[in-house]
Amino acid sequence: MTLNNRYDFVLVFDVKDGNPNGDPEAGNLPRMDAESGLGLVTDVCLKRKVRNFVGLVKGERPPFEIYVKEKAVLNNQHKRAYIEIGKAELLEGDDKKRKGGDSVDQARQWMCRNFFDVRAFGAVMSTGINCGQVRGPVQLTFARSVDPIVALEHSITRMAVATEAEAEKQSGDNRTMGRKFTVPYGLYVAHGFVSSFLAKQTGFNESDLELLWQALAQMFEHDRSAARGEMTTRGLYVYKHESELGNAPAHKLFELIQIKKNSNEPARDFNDYTVNVNDAGLPAGVTLLRLVG
Amino acid sequence: MKTFCLEVAGDFACFTRPEMKVERVSYDVITPSAARAVFEAILWKPAIRWQVTKIEVLKPIKWINLRRNEVGAVTSSRNVQTAINNGSGDLGLYIEDERQQRAGLFLRDVAYRIHARFELRDSSHHKKNYPHLVKVRINDPDEQHSADAANIPAKFLNMFERRASKGQCVNQPYLGCREFAASFRLIKDASTETPPIAESRDLGWMLHDMDYSDPSSPNPYFFRAEMKNGVLNLADVEVRG
Repeated sequence: MTLNNRYDFVLVFDVKDGNPNGDPEAGNLPRMDAESGLGLVTDVCLKRKVRNFVGLVKGERPPFEIYVKEKAVLNNQHKRAYIEIGKAELLEGDDKKRKGGDSVDQARQWMCRNFFDVRAFGAVMSTGINCGQVRGPVQLTFARSVDPIVALEHSITRMAVATEAEAEKQSGDNRTMGRKFTVPYGLYVAHGFVSSFLAKQTGFNESDLELLWQALAQMFEHDRSAARGEMTTRGLYVYKHESELGNAPAHKLFELIQIKKNSNEPARDFNDYTVNVNDAGLPAGVTLLRLVG
Repeated sequence: MKTFCLEVAGDFACFTRPEMKVERVSYDVITPSAARAVFEAILWKPAIRWQVTKIEVLKPIKWINLRRNEVGAVTSSRNVQTAINNGSGDLGLYIEDERQQRAGLFLRDVAYRIHARFELRDSSHHKKNYPHLVKVRINDPDEQHSADAANIPAKFLNMFERRASKGQCVNQPYLGCREFAASFRLIKDASTETPPIAESRDLGWMLHDMDYSDPSSPNPYFFRAEMKNGVLNLADVEVRG
C-alpha cells in the first residue's frame, strides 16, 4: 500500500531526572540554547532511537534491516542470504557516467527495499559520481523544550579504581569521583513531516508508516540507561491530510496544539502542564489522529 | 512572467558555505540556491526553472553553535552490488567506527520574503538527465487534467498560486538542511507587510546556484552579495563560475 496522504506530526516527550541529549561541545551537559535557555534534542538523536526500536522489534531482517546501527544494541556480523534481484554488470573504467548511474540506481532501489532507515530517512550512496542520493520521506526537526530548562550537576563516587597506579596513589582508599548532569524535568516538542511523493520514490508504504508511529510512541521504553533518567512519549499528534499536497499549512496545524504550564512553580511532572489540542479548529480535509496523549 | 512572493520562516537554518563544509558554517542569509529549493518544494516540473529575483531579510541575523555526532561514511554502491550478486553480505554501518563529531554554526530564528519567477524551458532535453524521477499520478483531478495539458505558463502560475495559498507542498520546504523545516506563506501584496531589517552589509562572494547542465558534475556559480537595507537584489547581479 503506497502512501496517498501528506502527514504532519507533533511529538511531545518529557524527561525526568535525566539527560535527554548530551552536548559534546559542553562536556555532555544537556543541550541548551544559550540565549533562550530552552533545551534542545537534535533530529539525529530522535532518528537514532527510531532506528534502534525498529532494529529491535523487527530483528534486523529484510525488509526491516537497519543500515546505520549501534553495536551495543544489535548482534554483530550476522550474515544471511539476500533476495536475489538478478546480476547487474558493474562497468569499470572511465566511462562511469551513465552506466555507473544505472547500477547506482539499481543499488539504490535494492537498499530501499531491504533497509527501513534508508526507506524512511534516506541515504547517500556514491561510486565517485554524485548522483546516488535517496531523499527520505520522513523529515524531523530539532525538539525544543516548552520552558527554559536547568541543568543540574551531580557529583558521584565510585568505590573502585581503574588501575593499579591509582590505587597506589590513594594508598588503598580506592575511590574516584565522577560527574553526572540531569534535567530535573523538561517537556520537549518536535515537529515532523511525511511526504507521500518522496515515499513513492523510496517505497515507504503504509505498514512502514504504522511502524514509524509505533517507534515514535514506544522508542524511549527501549532506550533506558543510566544517563537518560525517565523519558516518555507524552503526545503523538498526527495530522492526516486528505490530499497528497496537503489541505492546510503545517505551521497552522502545529499552532492548534498549545502547551501551558499550570502554575508559576518550577515544573517537575507532566501533570504540571496542560496540553490543549484544539480539535474544533481543524481545517477542512485534515483529520487529527491522536496516537498518544 | 509574474513574480511570486513567499514569506519563509523557521527556528534554525544552515546555508552551508562551500569552503567550510566539514564544520558547517552558514552564510549570513539564505542563498538564491536554497531559496529556489523552497519554491521547488511547492511546485516543480521539468518544464520550468525558478529564478529568485529578490530576498528580503525580516529578522536580525543571529547565530547558534551546535555539535552533533555524524556518520562520516557513505554507502558504496559497489558493496551493495557485491552483496546483491553474492546473495549475502554485511552491509550495516556501525556508527562507533564511523563517528565524526562536527560542529555547526547555524542561523537561528530566521524569516525571509523571497521573490521569484519561473521561466519555461525545453523539457525534452531534461528527461534523460533525471532517469530516477518517478512519474507520480496526482490525486487531484483538476491538477491531473492540467498536468496532461500542454506546458503553458498560465497553468503553472495557477498551480503555484493554488498550492502556495493553501499551504500545499510536495515536501516540507527547509532552510538549507532538512532538519530545519520552514513554514511558508504566500504574500499577495508585499507593500502591506512589515519592512525588512534596516541593515546594510557587504556579504562578500556567495553561492548563487549550481549549474546542472552536466548532471555528473554540477558547477557552482558565485555572485557578490550586497544587502542594502535588508534587501538582497538579484535581478541583475553578475554571476561567475
